[in-house]
Amino acid sequence: MTHPLLQIENLHVTFSTRRGLVEAVRGVSLSLSPGEMLGLVGESGSGKSVTGFAVTRLLDKAGRIADGRIVYKGQDITRASAADFRNLHGAAMAMIFQNPRAALNPIRAVGQQIADAILAHKRISRQEAQDAALKLLRAVQIRDPERRINAYPHELSGGMCQRIMIAIAISCNPSLLIADEPTTGLDVTTQKVVMDLLAGIAAERGMATILITHDLGLAARYCSRVVVMEQGRLVEEAAPLTLFHAPQHPYTKRLVAASPTATSRVADLVPDGEVLPPLEVRELPVAAPGSPPLLDVQRVAKRFDDGTIAVRDFSMTMAAGESVGLVGESGSGKSTTSRMICRLIDPSEGDILFDGYSIGQIPARDFHRSPSRKDIQIVFQDPNDSLNPRFTAFDCIAHPLIRLSGMRSGDALRRRVEECAHRVGLPKALLSRFPHQLSGGQKARVGIARAIACRPRLLVLDEPTAALDVSVQAVVLQLLDRLRREDNLAFLFVSHDLNVVRMMCDRTIVLRAGGIVEQGESRALFANPRTDYTRELVDAVPHIGAPPLLVPA
Amino acid sequence: MSSLDAPSTFRHTIWVLRGNLVTAIAAAGALVLVLVALFGPALVPYDPVASDVPQALQAPSALHWAGTDQLGRDVFSRLVVAARLDLAIAISAVGISFVIGAVIGSLCGYAGGRLDRAVGRFVDVVMAFPLFVLAMAMVAALGNRVENIVIATAIINLPFYIRFARAEVNIRRNLGWVEAARACGDSHVSVVLRFLLPNVLPAMAVQVSLNLGWAILNAAGLSFIGLGVKPPTPEWGIMVAEGARFISTGRWWLVAFPGFALMLAVLCFNLLGDGLRDILDPRMRT
Amino acid sequence: MGMIGATLIRAGRRFLSSLPALFGVLVFTFLLMRVLPGDPAVFFASGPNAGKEEIEVIRRQLGLDKPVPEQLAIYLYDVGRGNLGRSMMTGQPVQKDLKERLPASLELTLTALLIALVSAVPLGVAAALRPNSLVDHGVRLFCSLGVCVPTFVSGLLLIYVFYYLLGLAPDPTGRVDIFTTLPPSRTGFLVIDFLLAGDLDGWWAAVRQLMLPAFTMALFVIAPLARITRASMLVSLGSDFVRTARSVGLSRWRIVVTYALRNAILPVITIAGIVFSTMLGANVLVEKVFSWPGVASYALDALLVSDYAPVQGFVLLMASIFVLVNLLVDVLYGIADPRATVA
Repeated sequence: MTHPLLQIENLHVTFSTRRGLVEAVRGVSLSLSPGEMLGLVGESGSGKSVTGFAVTRLLDKAGRIADGRIVYKGQDITRASAADFRNLHGAAMAMIFQNPRAALNPIRAVGQQIADAILAHKRISRQEAQDAALKLLRAVQIRDPERRINAYPHELSGGMCQRIMIAIAISCNPSLLIADEPTTGLDVTTQKVVMDLLAGIAAERGMATILITHDLGLAARYCSRVVVMEQGRLVEEAAPLTLFHAPQHPYTKRLVAASPTATSRVADLVPDGEVLPPLEVRELPVAAPGSPPLLDVQRVAKRFDDGTIAVRDFSMTMAAGESVGLVGESGSGKSTTSRMICRLIDPSEGDILFDGYSIGQIPARDFHRSPSRKDIQIVFQDPNDSLNPRFTAFDCIAHPLIRLSGMRSGDALRRRVEECAHRVGLPKALLSRFPHQLSGGQKARVGIARAIACRPRLLVLDEPTAALDVSVQAVVLQLLDRLRREDNLAFLFVSHDLNVVRMMCDRTIVLRAGGIVEQGESRALFANPRTDYTRELVDAVPHIGAPPLLVPA
Repeated sequence: MSSLDAPSTFRHTIWVLRGNLVTAIAAAGALVLVLVALFGPALVPYDPVASDVPQALQAPSALHWAGTDQLGRDVFSRLVVAARLDLAIAISAVGISFVIGAVIGSLCGYAGGRLDRAVGRFVDVVMAFPLFVLAMAMVAALGNRVENIVIATAIINLPFYIRFARAEVNIRRNLGWVEAARACGDSHVSVVLRFLLPNVLPAMAVQVSLNLGWAILNAAGLSFIGLGVKPPTPEWGIMVAEGARFISTGRWWLVAFPGFALMLAVLCFNLLGDGLRDILDPRMRT
Repeated sequence: MGMIGATLIRAGRRFLSSLPALFGVLVFTFLLMRVLPGDPAVFFASGPNAGKEEIEVIRRQLGLDKPVPEQLAIYLYDVGRGNLGRSMMTGQPVQKDLKERLPASLELTLTALLIALVSAVPLGVAAALRPNSLVDHGVRLFCSLGVCVPTFVSGLLLIYVFYYLLGLAPDPTGRVDIFTTLPPSRTGFLVIDFLLAGDLDGWWAAVRQLMLPAFTMALFVIAPLARITRASMLVSLGSDFVRTARSVGLSRWRIVVTYALRNAILPVITIAGIVFSTMLGANVLVEKVFSWPGVASYALDALLVSDYAPVQGFVLLMASIFVLVNLLVDVLYGIADPRATVA
C-alpha cells in the first residue's frame, strides 16, 4: 500500500474575530494518496476552503491551527516555519484560487509571473525561465502563446486567467495541488474546459489534487473520492456514485436531494420540506379565448450608448401562469432582456405588450407612474445588495405597498406585510431586522415577499438563487414554485443554471450574444437539443450520477 | 416608514462612544470647542481688545495664562474669543459647500449625460487652481472682508463634495435595491433624494468633519497673510501673524498658543470624522 | 517601441484634454480679476489716489470701456503674447518679475517634495509591513497630528527651536545671507548654480538657508503621503495576487517589492500630484514666514498694496504649473499601470 501523500489528523482551525474565537474547522481528518483527486464539498461556512488554506499555510492573519496535525510525505508540517514553507510552496504543494483575474498581479505580464514562480525554486537565467513559461502556456492550451506571454491579466478572459494560474501552480512540479473553487464565476462551457485541463494535467503528472467546491456535480464528475463537510466537520466520505445513490449522513442526504440534476423535480429538492402554510389555490379568472397573451415581446433590440449591441431581434410570448426560462452565458443579453421586459431600461427597437397594451413605448423613467408597474415585479440575484441597507425587512416589503398600492402606514399595511412574510415563510420576528442581520436565505425571502406584495401577474426572476447555498436554493425554489401555483403567476426565469431552469420552467429560450438560438419545451429541449450550441451547453453541465470522468493514475 | 423596535439613534450613539474611546474624547473636544465659541467671550478674564502697553510681551504667568502680546493684550482671552470667529467661518463655509455639493454631485452621479459633463467641466476648472491661491484671488477680488472668506472657502470646497457625492452615487446606482425602488414605483429624482443620498450621507459626514478641520486651517492661513480679518479682531491666524515678528527673539507664546489651539481644533474634528462614520452606518446597529 | 509610442500618444491626448481646463482657468481668472473688483481701472492705475483723468486714460488703455467679450479677447491675446501687465510695485512687466522669481519658488517646492517622498514612502511601507507594532502606531499618530498643524505655525516653531534655541539654523530671511555673493545665474536654482560655479562655501550657505523652509513645507505633506502609502500598501499586501505569490514560494523581497509595492505605489503617484497642488498654495505661507523671494511672496506683497496685475499673473502661473504637473502625473501613471487606457 502506498504511503499517503497528505494526512490531516483531527485538524482544528480557529479565527479570532471581534466576537471572540470562532472555530472554522472542528476535528477534520482525511488522507490523500499520490495522484488521487479528492473532492472536498460543502456549503458556505463548512470550513472547506479554510482546510485547504490551513494545509498550505495561507490562512488569514486572524486564523491559526489550534490543534491537530498535518503530515506531508511523512513529515509533520503543522508547526513548520515560514522559511520551510517557502521551499514547500510551489515545489511541493501549490494552490489555485477563485476569481483568477484578481489572483494575478495586474501590472505584470503573465509570462513574467510564471517565470517568477520558476525562478523562486530553480537557479536558471531569466531567459531560460521565460522559455519554460512559454512551454507551460502550451501545456495549458493557451492559443498563440508567443503573443500571450506578454499580455496582462486584464487583457485575458476569465478562463484564460485561470489557465495561467494553473500554469503558475504546476511550474515547479508540485506533488499536491489544492484547487479552491477554481470554476466559480466562469461560464459553464469554460468551466468544462478548465476542469478537463486540470484533470488531464493532474493525471499526466501524477499530481494529487484536492478539489474544493460547493458543486456536487463537479466533484462527482472529476473526483475518485468525495468528502462532505458541514459546519467545520467532516460528515461523510465515499466514492461519488455511492454518495449519490446511497448517502448515509442526513446532511449528505439533504445536500444530494437539493442539488438539481438532469432529472430532478421541484418537489424532490427538499424531501422533508419545511412546513409552509397549506396550498390555497384561489378561484382565478379564466382568460377568455382569443384574448391577447399576458406578455408579447415583439422584435426588441438594445443598443447601448457606446455602440455595443446587447440584444438583437428578441421576440417571445407568454401566457398567464406560464413559466419561461431564459438561459445563456455571460454576454448573452439575458439580463438586459429581462430589464427591458420589466421596464427598467428602454428598448432601442421593438415593442413590448402587456395584456394587449403597449408598455414598451412608455419611457422607463416614467413607467413608475403607469398602472402596469405593479403587475410586473422583479426578484434580484444578489440578496446582499438588493435590499436597502437602511430599511428594515418590514420597510422593504411595505415600500411597494405604499408607493404602488397607495396604502398608508397603519394596521392594514401591517397586516398585509405580515401576510406576505407568512407566505414566504419568513418569521414575523425577523421583520424588524436590518438586512445585515439576516441570513442569505432570509434576505432572499424578503426580496420575494417584496416582489409579490402588490400581487403582480408577471414576476421576472434574475438569477434569484445564484448567490445562495444549494440547500437554501432548494427551499427557495420550492417556495417560488408554490407561489406561482397559488397566484397563477407568470415567471420569466433568467439563469445560467440549466438544471434549475429545466425544473422550474415549462418553456426555455436559449440566448447567445444577444440572439435567440433555440426555444421550446424545457425537458425536450435539454434532452434533445437541436442546435450545436445548446448541445454544448447541456454537455458542459456536470451530471451527478454519471460515472467519474477519469480514473486516477 | 413604520419600523419596529430598531434601537434609537441616541442609544446607538452612546453604544458607539462607549466602544471607542478616541472618538468619545474627540467628540468631547469638539463639544468643548463649540461651547467655548458660544460662551467663552462672556467669561474671559480680560477684554481681548484692550491694550495695556506696559504689560507688553510678558511670558505666560499666573496673571496671564498665555502671556501678553505686543500691545499688552491678554493672549488667553484673545484665544478664547477667536474660537468663535474661526469656528463660525469654518462651519458656514463647509455647510454651504456640503449641501450644494452633495445635491449637485448626487444628481450628476445618477443622471450622467450632459449635466454630468457640464458640471465636470466646472469642477475641472476650479480644481486646476491650487486652492489656497484661488481663495486668495477670490478674497482679493471680492473684497477684503470676512464674509468673502466664507464664500471663497465654500466655492473652493464645492468640487470636492460634488466629486465625492458623484462617485458614491455612481457605485450604488446599479445595485439591486435601487432598481427595486424603481420597480416599486419611485421616480428617478425620488430615488436620488430619498434613497441614494441618505445612503451616501455616512461617508460624506466623515468628509464633512475632516473638511471642518481643513476649513479652519484655510481661514487661519488667509488671515495669516493679511486677508479677511483685520486687527484688532482676535482670530487664531492673525494672532500668529502678529506674533511671527517676535519668534526670532524668543517670544514663543505668541505663536505657540494660537498654533496649539488650531491644532487641537483640527485634531478633534479629524478624529470625530472617523467616529461619525460608525454612528451613521446602520450595519453597526444591533 | 510600442510602449514609448503609446505613452506619447497618451501624453498628447491628455494635453489636448487639459486645454479646455487651461482655457477655463484663463476665463475664470479674467472674470475674477477684471470683472469682479469694483473698478479695475482704479486698481490698475498708478494708485488709489490717481486723478479722474488718469483713471480714464487707464480705462481706455485697459480697454475697460469696451464690451466684456471684447475685453476677454484682448486679454487672451495679451496673455498669449506673454503680456501680463505691469507691476505698480516694482515698475517692471509682471512677466519679467515672475520669470526672475520663479526659480526660487520651484527650488523650494521641489526640494520639499523630494524630502517628503523620501521620508513618507519608507515610513508608510514600514508601518504596513508591521501592522499594530510600535512603528505602525507611531506612524499613524504622526500622520494624525501632521495634518493638523498649520504650515505657518510649524515654520515659526521650527525657527524658534533651530534658530533661537539651538542656533543651528541661519537667520531665516531669504535664500542666502547678506555676506554671500550670488553665483552667475544659469538655472536660477542656487543649489545647482553654486556647484556649477565651484563655490562650495556659497553652496553650503544656500543649502543651509534652504533647509528650514523646505522642511517646513515637507512636514506639511509627509503626513498625507505616508498615510496613503501605508493604506495602499496594506491593501496590496492583503490582495489575492500577493496570496498567489506566497503560494508559489516567492522570496519575501520579491513579494514585498515587485508584487506589493509596485502596485501600492500607483495611488501614491496620484496623491503626490494632488499634494503638489497644495504645496503650490502653501508656498504663499512659507515664503512669507521665511521671507523667501519667490513668486508667491511677490504676489502677496502686490495683493496687499492693491497691485492686481502681479496677483493675476501669479494665479495664472500657478494654475498652469498645476495643469502641467497633472499631465506629468498622468503620464507617469500610464507608464506604471498598463491597465490605464490610452484615452
